[in-house]
Amino acid sequence: MQNFGAAFGDAFRLLGGFDPALMEIILLSLRVSVTAVFISALIGLPLGAILGVSRFRGRAAVLVLLNTLMGLPPVVVGLLVYLMLSNAGPLGPLALLYTPGAMIIAQSILVIPIVAALARQTIEDMHAEYDEQLRILGVGRWGMVATLLWDARYSLLTAMLAGFGRAVAEVGAVLIVGGNINHVTRVMTTAIALETSKGNLALALGLGLVLLLLAIVINAAVMGLRATAARSAHA
Amino acid sequence: MRDAAMPLDAPPAARGDRRVLPITAHGLMLERAGRRIIDNVSLTVDGHGISVIMGPNGAGKSVLLRLLTGLLSPDAGMVRWAGRRADRARAPSVGLVFQKPVLLRRSALANVRYALRAGSRAERTRRAGEALARAGLAHLAKSPARILSGGEQQRLALARALAPEPEVLLLDEPCANLDPAAAAAIETLIRDARARGTKIVLVTHDVAQAKRLGDDITFIHDGRIVERAPAGGFFDNPASNAGRAYLEGRLLID
Repeated sequence: MQNFGAAFGDAFRLLGGFDPALMEIILLSLRVSVTAVFISALIGLPLGAILGVSRFRGRAAVLVLLNTLMGLPPVVVGLLVYLMLSNAGPLGPLALLYTPGAMIIAQSILVIPIVAALARQTIEDMHAEYDEQLRILGVGRWGMVATLLWDARYSLLTAMLAGFGRAVAEVGAVLIVGGNINHVTRVMTTAIALETSKGNLALALGLGLVLLLLAIVINAAVMGLRATAARSAHA
Repeated sequence: MRDAAMPLDAPPAARGDRRVLPITAHGLMLERAGRRIIDNVSLTVDGHGISVIMGPNGAGKSVLLRLLTGLLSPDAGMVRWAGRRADRARAPSVGLVFQKPVLLRRSALANVRYALRAGSRAERTRRAGEALARAGLAHLAKSPARILSGGEQQRLALARALAPEPEVLLLDEPCANLDPAAAAAIETLIRDARARGTKIVLVTHDVAQAKRLGDDITFIHDGRIVERAPAGGFFDNPASNAGRAYLEGRLLID
């Protein structure tokens, strides 16, 4: 067990020296979470927009479900994806278990409800304002969805950043479906859990600092987006 | 009978036939929360000039405009555009400007270009630029629409409504929130549109504005048309009690 001060010193040395092991873990983390957010946006944004502009029986139940899914426990998602991808599962033949692909799937399932629910709220509010004007201009249903997605772009980017924050900080799901295999599926959160239990506090602290830094960058980006949107009265 | 809706997925009308005049309403009836907002209204919008719809707050003026455009469906009665049900393909021939303009979160130019659905992007940009110039907004083309002043926003909304060269332009109290100078600018644009042959229906409760602009007056009270007359006749000698009371600024209780 190192002492605390020494651990911090080592952590900064690892970060400052761009330690290859550290960089590999950080880059895999970013690759997995960025891909998951990208997939979530492709699915969640149109889904949220369609829910925002349409009225149908059972819509309230769908919204309750969607908002509930926002708080899905990552370990439960990990377990379900594990069951799907394991050799005995329906998607077993894809041989995705313990690969970055499996981690991307798990994180996407966690992030899609966040992106869709936030998009739904934003689009619904804007739809209330735009509906009559767009209909007067002869815009159809799909044109309306496209218009709303574009005009809400700043708020929707914020929703995607919130999703990224959840994905990159999550440990339960990627641990179960990725397995924390060195050089293959080891990401920042799983590495921190492992290195801490091994007593390798320097590496754990270094990764922890990177995660903190990412959180700061994301929040600064959100604030920056809001300021930009407000400046041009897009908000 | 339900009618006059503008279903979002209505089949497009035959190509080349964008005519909407005359707009006819027959026996329109609309109830909300047990109150009759529009009560057996029949009217025809046709010809040239500016038809003014007047009446006190809550008379049903704005609702009537929404029924004529197909934004609302009546509980009974029907609306026809040139003899056929309202449809999306002919929407560009019917312009509507709301009391409070709804502008997209884009530049002024992009707002006008958005209303032009046909033609190449370059062509639409050119036409949008011309529409902005006519409204005296050329210098603000690149500004985000929603940071413009109230008067500029309403001029932009009017420019956007006029850009597709509608056959008829419906205006719902377009100057209600504007100072006199901004209102005068809007009135100039309305006169220009009339001079170019656009039929205009103006909803207002501003008597002075109705006198300045109106060619004929339709007076509405409690969801019913109580009087329809050429502008001069209505202002000099209103035939109905309600019309007389309104012009004299009295509160009419019946």
